Amino acid sequence: MSSSYLAGGLAGPRAAKAARRRDERGARQFLKRTKDPSGNRPGWVTYTILGLVMAVSAYPLYYSFLLGSSDPVSIAQNPIPSLIPEGKFFDNVGRVISSDIKFWQAAFNSVLAAGLTAISVVFFSTLAGYSFSKLRFKGRGPLLVFVVATMAVPTQLSVVPLFILMSKLGWTGRLEAIIIPGLVTAFGVFWMTQYLETALPYELIEAARVDGCSMIRAFWHVGFPAARPAATMLGLFTFIGSWTAFFWPFIVLGSSNPTLPVAIQLLQASYFKDYSLILAGVTVAALPLVVVFIFAGRQLVAGVMAGAVKG
Amino acid sequence: MASAESQGWRQKLSRLDVKLSPYIYISPFFILFAVLGLFPLAYTFWVSMHNWNLIGGQGAFVGFDNYTHVIGQEFFWRGMRNTFSIFILSGVTQTLAALALAAVLNQNIRAKTFWRMGVLLPFVIAPVAVGVIFSKMFADQSGLINGMLAWFSIDPVKWHAGVLESHVAIATMVNFRWTGYVTLIFLAAMQAIPSELYEAALLDGANRMRQFVSITIPMLRPTIIFVVITATIGGLQIFDEPRVFDQSGLGGSDRQWMTVTMYIYELGWGSQKSFGRAAAVSWILFLIIILVGVLNFWITQRISSGDSKKVEKAAATKEVAA
Repeated sequence: MSSSYLAGGLAGPRAAKAARRRDERGARQFLKRTKDPSGNRPGWVTYTILGLVMAVSAYPLYYSFLLGSSDPVSIAQNPIPSLIPEGKFFDNVGRVISSDIKFWQAAFNSVLAAGLTAISVVFFSTLAGYSFSKLRFKGRGPLLVFVVATMAVPTQLSVVPLFILMSKLGWTGRLEAIIIPGLVTAFGVFWMTQYLETALPYELIEAARVDGCSMIRAFWHVGFPAARPAATMLGLFTFIGSWTAFFWPFIVLGSSNPTLPVAIQLLQASYFKDYSLILAGVTVAALPLVVVFIFAGRQLVAGVMAGAVKG
Repeated sequence: MASAESQGWRQKLSRLDVKLSPYIYISPFFILFAVLGLFPLAYTFWVSMHNWNLIGGQGAFVGFDNYTHVIGQEFFWRGMRNTFSIFILSGVTQTLAALALAAVLNQNIRAKTFWRMGVLLPFVIAPVAVGVIFSKMFADQSGLINGMLAWFSIDPVKWHAGVLESHVAIATMVNFRWTGYVTLIFLAAMQAIPSELYEAALLDGANRMRQFVSITIPMLRPTIIFVVITATIGGLQIFDEPRVFDQSGLGGSDRQWMTVTMYIYELGWGSQKSFGRAAAVSWILFLIIILVGVLNFWITQRISSGDSKKVEKAAATKEVAA
């Protein structure tokens, strides 16, 4: 008598069907993989094109490093910098740190804001995605459609009232102003819903429920672990998005309590005659994400190809 | 007796848990969107109907005065022109370049992941950083690009002083950061096209160009629409790259590269400090984005629907035959 309502929140009769669908999909993917290497290897033209694209991709950042290792005189004399750096990079970085852009504060703010935003987005999106994909409730379909539709709303255009709201709360110049609005995103919810739809079998949740788990415990012990691969990607993209954001932090934080992109703009505005200083700062500010990219680039590629959305 | 009662309670609680949990789990998004998404959007309209100062706060109700005022400004129209020019320059080249590059990557190449990571690298560099780096590369004097043009004895280009020239430079920044990203989206869609279609086309004697035009492009239609729509929403709000194209951030001496979003910033937080006018321009841009989005949807559907019906039919027949 009691187990019937225990599983009440789950789509019981459809579970078997879904499981069968999953099996078929797995089989199809396997087939695809085995027939893949049938094509011919392309010739040198392809690799030349790819090599050029690679050079264009990597050069601007290296250019920034080259000029950041140089000095104003040398920059004025050589529009095209020598490919070998001049070795003044750390001197220039030292000057960036001792300049009045509050470099350490900006770095700390960026790490904190991006880190907290990523953790929060992952948690709340996974929770909502779990609910949308695995729990049964009234209005599920329309509500999910609503979530997706909000992705098309250009929210950047509501900066004026957001700013008014933040000043009323006394949050201008404070980190809350850039963290709170990004705590959970429509994209995150949609992304986790899609992933959990196929990755988490109903049977597992049912088993946890039969064992006496409350709804939230079932989520924590079954739903969240199953979501880990997609959650990692979502966390990475959110971190990058927050780290690179400029418009809103620029407006609401200003120069008193900047993030790194805001600090870069300040650096450019106040030292515009010395590009060795500016570009040393740009290079240092870009470095953390380049390191992330080196270690997690594979996941980022997989994430974009699985349908990550711009912005 | 007492234990039976407590069990009844527990069942009721558990039932409540089952009923309410789904809503509680999705509520954070809806609460946040209502408070910081939907409400501000409506409130923008309210603010746009008032004299509203950054420091002084809410003033008199003025109806559509803010709208008529900004529409009468030359800078408003210059911002519109610049925004659309940069958007078209970046959107079109980016989509075409990404399609071509995706076709190159879609071959059976060695070290796939390496090349894919290579095209995605610019994505992790902040738009502001890209803007600062490229503003130096595109410097009118002693810039890298003009230095390279000199190899081919081409005269230095006025990348900052010129109108179209500055738009090309800014579009290049946008393309630098996004082309690889869009390429990977297209690549994923290309890999989902069933190879039977290409085999059938090969039997019919179609060369690779013909295959690309008649099979790949039509099959990519939903993806192309998706990319164009997201590029529209983002592209028409462009701010970061043009903001740092020079150190003053006003969009050039003649506002030759000032975008609409830069104009919103200048109205609200620049010399005027008029939130009412900034909100009015925000609403106009909002409506334009929706309009252009719908228009783009319509166009992309037109352009690529020519052959796709046939292809879909062919695919359906194939499936039945198999």
